[in-house]
Parts: sequence; structure tokens; C-alpha cells
Amino acid sequence: MTYREAVRAALRKALRDDSRVFLMGEDVGQYGGAFAVSHGLLAEFGPQRILDTPLSESAFLGAGIGAALGGLRPIVEIMTINFSLLAMDQILNNAATLRHMSGGQFHVPLVVRMASGGGRQLAAQHSHSLEGWYAHIPGIKALAPATVADAYGMLLAALQEDDPVFIFEHATLYPLEGEVDLSAARADIARAAIRRPGRDVTLITYGGSLGITLQAADALARQGLEAEVIDLRTIRPLDSQTIMDSVAKTHHAVIVDEGWRTGSLAAEISARIMESAFDELDAPVARVCSAEVPMPYARHLEEATLPKAAEIVSAAEGMLAHHG
Amino acid sequence: MAEITNEAQRTAEVEKDHALFLLREMLRIRRFEEKAAEMYSLQKIRGFLHLYIGEEATGVGAMQVLSRDDAVVATYREHGHALARGIPPAALMAEMYGKVTGCSHGHGGSMHFFDAYRRFYGGYAIVGGGLPIAVGLALAEKALGKKGIAACFFGDGAVAEGEFHESLNLAALWKLPVLFFCENNLYAMGTALSRHQAQVDITKKTAAYNLASSAVDGMDILAVEAAAGRAAAFVRGGGGPYLLELRTYRFRAHSMSDPDLYRTKEEIAEWKKRDPIALFQTRLREWGLLSDADLARLEAKIAAELEDAVNFAEASPLEPPENLLRDVYGTVRP
Ligand SMILES: Cc1ncc(C[n+]2csc(CCOP(=O)(O)OP(=O)(O)O)c2C)c(N)n1
Ligand SMILES: [Mg+2]
Repeated sequence: MTYREAVRAALRKALRDDSRVFLMGEDVGQYGGAFAVSHGLLAEFGPQRILDTPLSESAFLGAGIGAALGGLRPIVEIMTINFSLLAMDQILNNAATLRHMSGGQFHVPLVVRMASGGGRQLAAQHSHSLEGWYAHIPGIKALAPATVADAYGMLLAALQEDDPVFIFEHATLYPLEGEVDLSAARADIARAAIRRPGRDVTLITYGGSLGITLQAADALARQGLEAEVIDLRTIRPLDSQTIMDSVAKTHHAVIVDEGWRTGSLAAEISARIMESAFDELDAPVARVCSAEVPMPYARHLEEATLPKAAEIVSAAEGMLAHHG
Repeated sequence: MAEITNEAQRTAEVEKDHALFLLREMLRIRRFEEKAAEMYSLQKIRGFLHLYIGEEATGVGAMQVLSRDDAVVATYREHGHALARGIPPAALMAEMYGKVTGCSHGHGGSMHFFDAYRRFYGGYAIVGGGLPIAVGLALAEKALGKKGIAACFFGDGAVAEGEFHESLNLAALWKLPVLFFCENNLYAMGTALSRHQAQVDITKKTAAYNLASSAVDGMDILAVEAAAGRAAAFVRGGGGPYLLELRTYRFRAHSMSDPDLYRTKEEIAEWKKRDPIALFQTRLREWGLLSDADLARLEAKIAAELEDAVNFAEASPLEPPENLLRDVYGTVRP
């Protein structure tokens, strides 16, 4: 099944298993979802469970918070991460704060899903990779499923949480094919996954960049260099342990992050490695991030902006050549 | 069209007990806030402090028509709403002192009172930010087949925010049981209504969302109570959301740090002639429902309650800093 179908299967299971669950967002019903994720759900579950909303990101995200406070289990779909900026007040000032600010009296069991990322020539307003911004916020959890199985299992896991969980579905992943065991229990979202074991260098990534990172690992393998690939899966809270264990083994780390380099999630991970595993490093941590530019439309310029497998390979080669 | 209700004829029928209760509720808010201002100048209370003095009739009148089952959402100027909802003054005072015994464990302060037991969903300090929350609470009530409604208080300034317009449209579109209480005190900080709204009649804005509305003299507690009662009946009867504009005025500055340079002393003095507490007292005396002795008893009771509240706040412990991160998440993962 595809990544898109896996998200839909998880939505369907959640809607069947728990009458408090409902899905709301722009065009999730009659249109079937901007990315066709919720296709068919309106027919199956009806308009009480699949709610088409007006173009009011702040109001319906906030209504999701209110509905969660009121005893429902809302899943809010924001069409893309770019539009989540219009709901940022509700996200940061309300969803993330209410438990702590109320002295623990209230909590917000809300799941928010949104498509993210670039790579589709949609230019500077429709290509944001702002997952790292969300990872900055105490009070929410941020997930970036990178595989078809995780698209299914992590959504189900998110619905078990008592706090707001944001799920970033990289838009280029929706057609991805993969295996899912639909009878499997929900995923363990506390742990990063090692997608490929290796001894020479640790490649750390998440979400939409897993594909190029695995390609880079293949290319390195052809040169006899064994890269270990970590898929963070959950970017807040971060599973530092898996990162540090790997760095202790390989002594080299390259972080691959589609976000802009300055103040990025990659910067955070690099700092943590420096703080916790400085003595293990044989070379400075390297980062492969997006170029710091509003995303250009032209294909070649967009390619020049986004992280590429070749950059990961040369970053790894560089550190291994000097210090390996 | 806006409908300014005149309830004078009905007021004669007000029961003495209820009348004295309304007076007590308003007076208690006034004295509580005077005490809070005093404690602020002594630096016992820090941060922002927004006083409600002058606006007591709006919150008290509105609160009378809400039941335990209803959800309440308020703003940073919510001392009055919290008191009228029944949160003990001691819990509020302790909150402003930053004590662990406060209604938000000292995490919220003056602007963020919460009380789950009383379905008081908080003071929201981002202007307009509470409206979508109220819409969602109403959605939950409806979806779960419960009988409560969501009451949402906000100021005239919030009307300029996108969240106001988004929320009204959504509530009306989905016919949700939300009662919007717009407390129009004619100013958003220092910006007069006529300087921030092209259309100063707030009730006219709701027509665009096919949402029913009316306005009432917010200095007349009985008029507010009656208008709020009709509005609540409309919402409870399945008529969808309703906006009641409460026309009022704040006697104090926007906050303790505001030098109040944007309005004249004369304007304030003019409005003080319509002080909701003084107005109501005069009427009660005219009707023979209030004596000097009644008033003295009331004041003494309130003073004692506030003294207890201050003593409680003073004596209460602080939350140990070790607990700092405790309520960030419900499930702490290794
Ligand atoms: C979104 C936002 N912008 C600005 C502010 C700063 N601010 C706090 S209160 C206020 C005025 C609000 O006026 P109104 O809604 O009429 O409420 P009132 O203070 O009169 O009760 C402003 C501008 C804020 N808290 N939130
Ligand atoms: Mg105002």
C-alpha cells in the first residue's frame, strides 16, 4: 500500500475504534483531501465525523483544542504546513500551554496532521519545511513518519497521547509504496529507528529526507564505507540515546535536514552530540540542510536548494578521509 | 439592528434576595480588585494586572444565566468572571501571588485563571485567542449530546482580529451553542472604538455571518441579566450561536502601567455617573430593598472574605522548583 493509503487506513481504524474521534479540515470531506488522504471517509463515516471546514486555520485548529478539552478526540488536518502559520497563535499560545498554564487541570488530546516540505516546484510559499520550528515548542510532540509502516503506526500511536501531537507528512512521500501490517499494534514513538546499520559514519535524518539519506548510504557502501542511518521519527521529544549510541560506535556524524541550516533541528542535534558525545567524535559534526533562500520555482534552482544524496556522500567522505 | 433593552418595568419584581446577591457579586469584584491593586503597588502581585472596575454588571449579569454544565472562556481581564463563576477569592489571590495554592498553581497569574471543576476554561491573553476554543467546546457539547453551551467573553478590540470573524462564521455555519459576550468598553488599550472600527455598531457585524445579536446597556445589571437570559434561551433552544454586546466602560486604566493619556477626565467622570454598582444601589433603595444596615453588612462580609484571601495567599507555599517541568506533558517518556 502507499503512504497515503496507510494514513487513510489509520484514520479509518481510529474512526471505527473510538466514537470520539473525528477528522476536520479544509476539503477533507467532499473533495477527499487535498492529497486524497481522506478519500472515501465521508461516505463511510458521514458528515458528523468528517467535517469540511472553511478556510479558517486559526478557528478550526482552535476548535480542535476546544473539542479536545470538551471530551472529543479530534484529528485536525491542516492542508499543508505553509498554512499552519495562520494557526500558529492557537498552536503555540493555546495547545502547547494549556496543561502547564492551568496547573495541570486541563490537557489537550489533539492530533494535527499536515503535509510538509518541498521538491514539487511549488516555489517560496508552498515548500516550507518548518518541522524544526515545531520541535522547538515544549508542550507538543512532533512526529515525522518517513515510511509507509510509520505513516500508519505513528498516527495510531499519536491518538493514544494525552497531549497535542503534530504529524508532518512530507508531501513527496504520499505515493511511496511499502509494507504495512495492519494488525500490528501502534508504533513506539519514543524511539528513533536504525534504518540501516553501519560502523563508519552515522547519518541522522527524518521525514522526507530519509530517501536521499539511504541513497547516500548505498553510494558510500559501494566505496566500502558502511553508514548507519538513523530515522529520528519523533523530532520532539528527541531520542538522544539512539543518536549517542550510534556516534559512540561510528565516531562520525552527518545530519540531514530539509529545514534551513540556521537555527535548525540539525543545529540542535549537533549541539547535543557536542554536549554528550564530544569525546567520541573523530571529526566535527557535518550538516546537510536546505540552502538559506526562499524556495525558487525553477527546477534546477529548487534542486540546488534542497539537500541531495551527493552532498551527504561528500560530507561523509570528507570527514572519513581526514580523520578516518 | 441593535436592540437596547430597557428592563426598568421588570426590575420592580426582582426578589430582594436575588437583588442583594447581584449587588454582593458586583461589590465583591470591585473590592477584590481594589485589594489587588493595593497588593500590586506593594509588589505582592507582579506582571500585568488588568482591572475590571466599572464593568462588573456585564460579567455578573451574564454569569447568572449560565449553569454548571456550561463552559466559560474569558480574557486576561477575567477577575470578575472568575469570581462570578464561583472560584474562591483566596484561590485567585494566591494565583496572583504566584503560589501553588492558586487556581492555576501559580503558573498563570492574573491573566490565566483556570478551574476545571467549574468549567472555567481560562483567561486568554492573546486578544481573540479564546474564541476558537469556545467554538470547539460547543462542538464537543453538541457532538457528545450534552446540554451545555459555551460562553465566551471578549472585548471590543477582539472584534478587529481575524479569529473573531473566523469563529463567528464557524459557529454559525455549524449552528453551535456558543454565546458570545462582547464587553464593549469603547477602548482597546488606548485606541477608541471609533479609531479601530469602521463600523462601530458591533451587533451589525454578525449579519454577515447570519448570526443573531443584540446590544444591552452594560451598566444596568438587571438589563444585562435579562438580555443574557434571552440570548442563552435562544442558544439553548437550538437557535445556534448568539452575540450579545454589553456596552460598558472601564473606570481604571487598561493595566497598572497605563498612564491613561488617551481619554479625558471629563469622559471618565461622565461614565462614572453611570457606575453600575451605584446605579443599582440607588434603585434598590428606591424600591426599599436596600438599607444602610444591609449595605454595611455586605461590605463587612466582603472585607472579611478578602482579608482571608490575602492571608491565605500570604501564608501559602510556593511550588517547589523541582516541579517546574511536571505539567508540560501528561506522559513523561524516558
Ligand atoms: C493579538 C494581540 N495583540 C495585541 C495584544 C496587546 N493587547 C492586550 S489587551 C489589548 C486591547 C484589547 O482590547 P479589548 O479587546 O477591547 O479588551 P479590553 O482590554 O478593553 O478588555 C491589546 C492591544 C494582545 N494581547 N494580543
Ligand atoms: Mg475594550
